[in-house]
Amino acid sequence: MKVLKLMLKNTLRHKLRTALTILGIAVAVVAFGFLRTVVTAWYAGVQASSPNRLITRNAVSFIFPLPFAYRDKIARIEGVETVSYMNWFQGVYIDKNQFFARMAVDAETALGVYPEFLVPDDERETFLRERNACIVGADLAQQYNFKLGDVIPIDGDIYPGKWEFVVRAIYQPRDKTVDGTQMWFHWQYLDERMKQEMPGRAGEVGWYIIRISNPGDAGRISEELDALFQNSRAETKTETEAAFQQGFIQGTGLIIQLLNFLSFVIIGIIMLVLGNTMIMSARERTKEYAVLKTLGFSGGHLTVLLAGESLIISLLGAGIGIALSYPIVGLFSLMVPKSWFPIFYIEPVTLVLAGGAALAVGALAALFPIQRALKTSIVDGLRFIG
Amino acid sequence: MKIPLKYTIRNFRSRPLTTGITIGGIALVVFVFVAVLMLSSGIRKTLVATGSPDNVMVTRKAANGEISSIIMNDTYNVILSLPQVATDSGGKPVATGDVVVIINLPKIGTDGGISNVTVRGVSPAAFQLRPNVKVVEGRMFSLGAREVIVGSSIAKRFEGAHVGGTVRFGGDTWMIVGKFEAGGTGFDSEMWGDTAQLQDAFARQGGYSTVTFRMTSPDQLDAIKKNFETDNRLQQFEAKTEQQFFEEMSEFMSIFIGALGVFITVFFSVGAIIGAMITMYSTVANRTVEIGTLRALGFRRRSVLAAFLAESVLISVVGAAIGIFLASWLQFLTVSTLNFGSFAELEFSFALTPDVVFFAFLFAILMGFTGGFLPSVRAARLNIVNALRAS
Amino acid sequence: MASIIQVQSVSKSYWRDSFEIPVLNNISLDVPEGEFLGLMGPSGSGKTTLLNLIAGIDRPTKGKILVGNTDIATLSESQLAKWRSHNVGFIFQFYNLMPVLTAFENVELPLLLTSLSKKERRDHVDMALKVVGLSDRMHHYPKQLSGGQEQRVAIARAIASDPLILVADEPTGDLDKHSAEEILTLLERLNKEFKKTIVMVTHDPRAAEKAHTVRQLDKGELQ
Repeated sequence: MKVLKLMLKNTLRHKLRTALTILGIAVAVVAFGFLRTVVTAWYAGVQASSPNRLITRNAVSFIFPLPFAYRDKIARIEGVETVSYMNWFQGVYIDKNQFFARMAVDAETALGVYPEFLVPDDERETFLRERNACIVGADLAQQYNFKLGDVIPIDGDIYPGKWEFVVRAIYQPRDKTVDGTQMWFHWQYLDERMKQEMPGRAGEVGWYIIRISNPGDAGRISEELDALFQNSRAETKTETEAAFQQGFIQGTGLIIQLLNFLSFVIIGIIMLVLGNTMIMSARERTKEYAVLKTLGFSGGHLTVLLAGESLIISLLGAGIGIALSYPIVGLFSLMVPKSWFPIFYIEPVTLVLAGGAALAVGALAALFPIQRALKTSIVDGLRFIG
Repeated sequence: MKIPLKYTIRNFRSRPLTTGITIGGIALVVFVFVAVLMLSSGIRKTLVATGSPDNVMVTRKAANGEISSIIMNDTYNVILSLPQVATDSGGKPVATGDVVVIINLPKIGTDGGISNVTVRGVSPAAFQLRPNVKVVEGRMFSLGAREVIVGSSIAKRFEGAHVGGTVRFGGDTWMIVGKFEAGGTGFDSEMWGDTAQLQDAFARQGGYSTVTFRMTSPDQLDAIKKNFETDNRLQQFEAKTEQQFFEEMSEFMSIFIGALGVFITVFFSVGAIIGAMITMYSTVANRTVEIGTLRALGFRRRSVLAAFLAESVLISVVGAAIGIFLASWLQFLTVSTLNFGSFAELEFSFALTPDVVFFAFLFAILMGFTGGFLPSVRAARLNIVNALRAS
Repeated sequence: MASIIQVQSVSKSYWRDSFEIPVLNNISLDVPEGEFLGLMGPSGSGKTTLLNLIAGIDRPTKGKILVGNTDIATLSESQLAKWRSHNVGFIFQFYNLMPVLTAFENVELPLLLTSLSKKERRDHVDMALKVVGLSDRMHHYPKQLSGGQEQRVAIARAIASDPLILVADEPTGDLDKHSAEEILTLLERLNKEFKKTIVMVTHDPRAAEKAHTVRQLDKGELQ
């Protein structure tokens, strides 16, 4: 108990230095939390994947379409509940910097296979009824101030021409892991126009979304499905939604590596700041430690004293940093358009990691001064001049 | 009169561990800062080098990239009939209609992971337009055959993408008959084949993705742009130099990585500044008597301030030099990522440019100054009598 | 002989929180040129404070101090700093050498505040080190020297810029008997041979013996 008191008093001896160290650790923990949150945002698509959705796309790459005719063949495979489909429409809204997902979907089935998009019943019915209707996410509606009845004009690129869609429904994401920045409109509307203007491209489906009754069947259904279209002009590749999303971010592995590397560097910086403080404190107290040893305190006592002080500082810093992370991440998501990082929240595991790292760093930073305190002989210690 | 710099420098040695740790912290932050900026400028540099300022590239106005651009045959013919299109000795326009698609290929070392590769169908004149593309192994693809040549970066990073290998796409098997090098440009990350073959395989007989031609002279750009504004057959299309087009393809990634890096390093720098501050406060505390003595000898407050600020700035400059030195080795590293501009894999290297070095030093000096300022003020404000009594 | 230092009705008090602590009480003192004055007294008597006031590193609460006809209490802080560099040589109890500078560089330090050229500085330093008998140690660092040698370097530093007065605060306080003797002999020589005016605070009776005049301070008053 006495040791704890001495430990606390030592912590408060250089109030400014201790405060600065705690601040430094807190800032680093905020940065760490922020980085991990960006990584989380990156993997958001994978996280939000449902195990009973399969995605079937053209085996060559996602930019090549599949024939609409595949739908019925897929539906006949045992274990398939619903077959839905989408096209990546893209286009330009206002200018090329306004990017959010714009897709042509099979209105009848889409909301069924994506139950996490919550739409009021009356809005859903209007959306289904009107051919040029669209549905937008609540976050998107907020960003661009879309209201029911608004017309969204889009300049097509993959599907050239001028397009206009009327907002007839606004969906709420079920929870914070769901993207609230998408815009969906009727695939049939797109297809009819293609039939008239570019008949060669009518009946094109970007990818199929297949809802299966039992996630355990995913492997068998994928194999059967791909076998069905083997050696055809448009071979398919079917995978779980998670694998499909993973494939999308696969190419950006470099950025993930960069972010991971940076979070590693942060821990290094905490280490240096805290280590520096502990080394300085211990150095200044060389004489005191010699006195303590003279009085009969063992090396174990000194170890506890130094490690305890280091841990108090690191944990305080981590605590403050974690507490600050929430407002700072919140501020960032207010400042950045929602469609850049549709999903941006602090995962609990991030906090555990930050706390764990602070604990480890606190223990490590005390190692060097402890070793020095133990090694210095009483005589040398008493004679030491800082 | 100033307190001699050697006083500052030698003081580093008197507490090597603490000074070393502080320098290490700054070096780490500068390393990250420089590495991220190098990455960002590497992407830009690679793509700027890809396009030539003498060539004009035509895309559909609304298109976000080559893959979403469509130019039909009739438009293609209108473009080629423009008077500013250079012709070769035989009177044929020096132009290529490219068909650009993306295919998936398994990436080496990712355990079945796939990534996007750009496949570009080109007309024979493409090699005249882009003279940096040279076949270095095997041979050129033959017109009219399902053959492709692969860029050196693709050959290195993708399974089966070597000379003699085959790739399957568009319902056919394509022979890889050659490997080309394109001088570290974006073309190194592509596969090239005969444009007519690719049109056929991907049912694009009616048109191209983009059209690129050589200008009769580089000052014709404005005249060309004018044509695109006034000729109503061309109004849906956009002409810019090939260089500008590819540079714009780098914009998103380069800004994204740059902004992320700067944001993060500003956070990091707070840690380093605090580290420097702690060190400098302790330095001041340890040298209180020395400061009192200097003042008694007749050195002014501002000399003391300057000496301690110099110490702090020097620490950070040394840290910056170490950080930059370490980061400069990254130049020998090439990395690849999916480029959001083209949605395909792009290989590039970290590029250390003079302005990156300049900004790194500026940033470090700023860190040292900020970290050292308050402690130096404390040193300068010490009362002589009290300072001499401290020990 | 003309007075080089005139202390006229000087009082000095410190503030601790809200308590005023009087240290010197209406002191007047004249020091003629070429004097070797010893100030003695028990600790807390105010002798170091008086020395600091004369040396211009502290200011009186009341009264006037003239050193070589300059009223130093009226000088601004930076004027005072400049004045010190030309007129006062300090000798401290714990030598106060810069540990990171060699003996030569320590002695050169105050000369950096003058307009002397590099060569002139070198000559001054050589001269000063010769006077204190340490020419052979000029490239040694303080920690490579004995206490007595360190104090001799400090004295060389004090005389290098040829100041008007030398002030010494317990110059032998940290030295063994033999080294103390050496230092006192050196101070005596500086006074006799080089006509330096010296004001020395000490509680060592042997040191006081060397002084021409000894004044006793007690509870802030001159006896």
